[in-house]
Amino acid sequence: MAEEKLKKRAFLSSQIDLSKFNAKDFEKATDEEKRQQDVMGESTTFFKDGMRRLRKNPLAMASIVVLIIIIAIAIVAPHICPYSYSSIITVDGRRDKGATDLEPMQWSELEAQYMEKTGKKLFPHIFGTDSMGRDYFIRVVYGTRVSLLVGIVAAVMVLIIGLIYGSIAGYFGGTVDLIMMRIVDVIYSLPDMLIIILLSVVLQERLTPLIKGTSLAKLGANMISMFIVFALLYWVGMARLVRGQILQIKNNEYVLAAKSIGTPNGRILRKHIIPNCLSIIIITTALQIPSAIFTESYLSFIGLGVSLPLTSLGSLANDARAAMQTYPLRLVIPAVVISLIVLAFNLLGDGLRDAFDTKLN
Amino acid sequence: MAKYIVKRLIMAVVAFIAVSAITFFVMNLIPGGPFTSEKAMTKEVIATLTKRYGLDKPIGVQYLNYMGNFLRGDWGVSLKTQREIWPDLQSRFGVSARLGLSALAIATVFGVIFGSISALTRNKWPDRLLVVLTTLGTAIPSFVLATLLMLLFCMQLNLLPIWDVHHPNYILPIISLAVYPMAYITRLTKTSMLDALNQDYITTAKAKGVPESKIIFVHALRNALIPVVTYLGPEVAYIITGSMVVESIFTIPGMGTMFVQSINDRDYPYIMAVTIFLAMLMIIANLITDIVYKIIDPRITFD
Repeated sequence: MAEEKLKKRAFLSSQIDLSKFNAKDFEKATDEEKRQQDVMGESTTFFKDGMRRLRKNPLAMASIVVLIIIIAIAIVAPHICPYSYSSIITVDGRRDKGATDLEPMQWSELEAQYMEKTGKKLFPHIFGTDSMGRDYFIRVVYGTRVSLLVGIVAAVMVLIIGLIYGSIAGYFGGTVDLIMMRIVDVIYSLPDMLIIILLSVVLQERLTPLIKGTSLAKLGANMISMFIVFALLYWVGMARLVRGQILQIKNNEYVLAAKSIGTPNGRILRKHIIPNCLSIIIITTALQIPSAIFTESYLSFIGLGVSLPLTSLGSLANDARAAMQTYPLRLVIPAVVISLIVLAFNLLGDGLRDAFDTKLN
Repeated sequence: MAKYIVKRLIMAVVAFIAVSAITFFVMNLIPGGPFTSEKAMTKEVIATLTKRYGLDKPIGVQYLNYMGNFLRGDWGVSLKTQREIWPDLQSRFGVSARLGLSALAIATVFGVIFGSISALTRNKWPDRLLVVLTTLGTAIPSFVLATLLMLLFCMQLNLLPIWDVHHPNYILPIISLAVYPMAYITRLTKTSMLDALNQDYITTAKAKGVPESKIIFVHALRNALIPVVTYLGPEVAYIITGSMVVESIFTIPGMGTMFVQSINDRDYPYIMAVTIFLAMLMIIANLITDIVYKIIDPRITFD
């Protein structure tokens, strides 16, 4: 290689002083060196990164597994189990009056005779039967369905209403914000449980004749009033949170940039602001589910839950109280299922917070 | 400061008016009047009675009348027992208040103690044990806990008698009510204690050679308690709603039992009076919480 003398830098020049380098420094990179610049891993998105962190959290993963198992049982079991949650066990087309208060995995006399006669094996009563001769397992499954449904529907409603209200208040600010937030303050200071009780009592009187004969009747006036109350009261926490986040985010430069090129308000909200407060919204929604399940089971327990013959975990526990000394399992099973669901959602919510709320770390 | 208190007071009054108005108007949606279930009466008698009780006036006026009577202690008459509601409730309120306040005190004191232990032994076994217990404690509804405790201690093990008037036994009801807020306060204290222990003034105190116990109790704990104060309002609300079921499970003759009973009986005047009363208690608890918070931490602004 020809040694070429590099030019000396002029006095006070701001040029790079080339005299410090020699020609070797300007050799072309070899292929191997070029490969070092290749991006080995894919660039991760915020979501992928959070999921990776979540997967490392054993408690959160265990909760997901528990929840998937519970949800799968709640969906599949009614298709497999031949018994109905509302009617007495029948053997060979006849009502089995002896099938009351069976122990778990026990068959009644009639069923035992039937199995001996035909040689067919009947589906076992996994949790036994209740005092009216209904299969308890399927009742618990339906109770779980109701509880999960309440939790998820409530969370979705809270999410939608809170998100819209909070984003409008936070984004427009000023007088709009002031008025909207004063309304939130008042709703926030209302005792929600009392209002739910009150509305359930009243709406039951008013709604029951209205929904008679429709598909809503099966759900019962209590459930509908519970949803109405969730929609009226529970969103305020979410609205406050979203508003606070938006107030922070909207002062960023990229929002100003979007505004200055004439982006409409709705698009700025959708494209720039909401994605940035998504993690906190997801976490709060996840934690909303167990609190709604709590409320539902509580109301069912004081006799304001789903209407008969449908059942929920809270009303099952309440019904079991009368005979809790003789059949303690009937109380313990729904109690354990409620606690398990709430525990799993709580742990999952905590896990999501650790994984997605990067500011917290 | 005075401005803040006035502002907060006005909000509490607005909330109270809102709650009582909602309660009153919603209750008026129920079909049927107070005289429909009585024996057949002539139209004239009904008209006279309606006039006498002011039921012919516009609903707004009726509301004002009701609230005026309510604040004077005239809460109307129970449909079920035909007795005045307030004298009937007074004694029950005493029982409930004793139960609720005991649960409140136990939850707060033990919550702060456990939270401090948890923070000071971070990632060692006492902390881990407390984390497991508090996670469980926040997952079990009070009524589930109450029934399970009763099943275990009163029926299976026969260690404690079930509540009766002559031998009141408050242990299990208080435990069932206190577990959830205690677990919550433990978590809260732990987080804020860890936060406080990382502050510069703790390092300074350590560098100056202040004894460990003084650092923990004087410098860290006092600052860690501020967030705990904010939980006081929600805690009162939780205990009031929780005591409704816990009282009925243990058959304690308190307000909660009566409230649940009146819901099952559809005793509307009773439900209305108790709702407004309990709402008032909760609003007052929130008010006190906010004012105390402001006094101990003047940095907080109203917003």
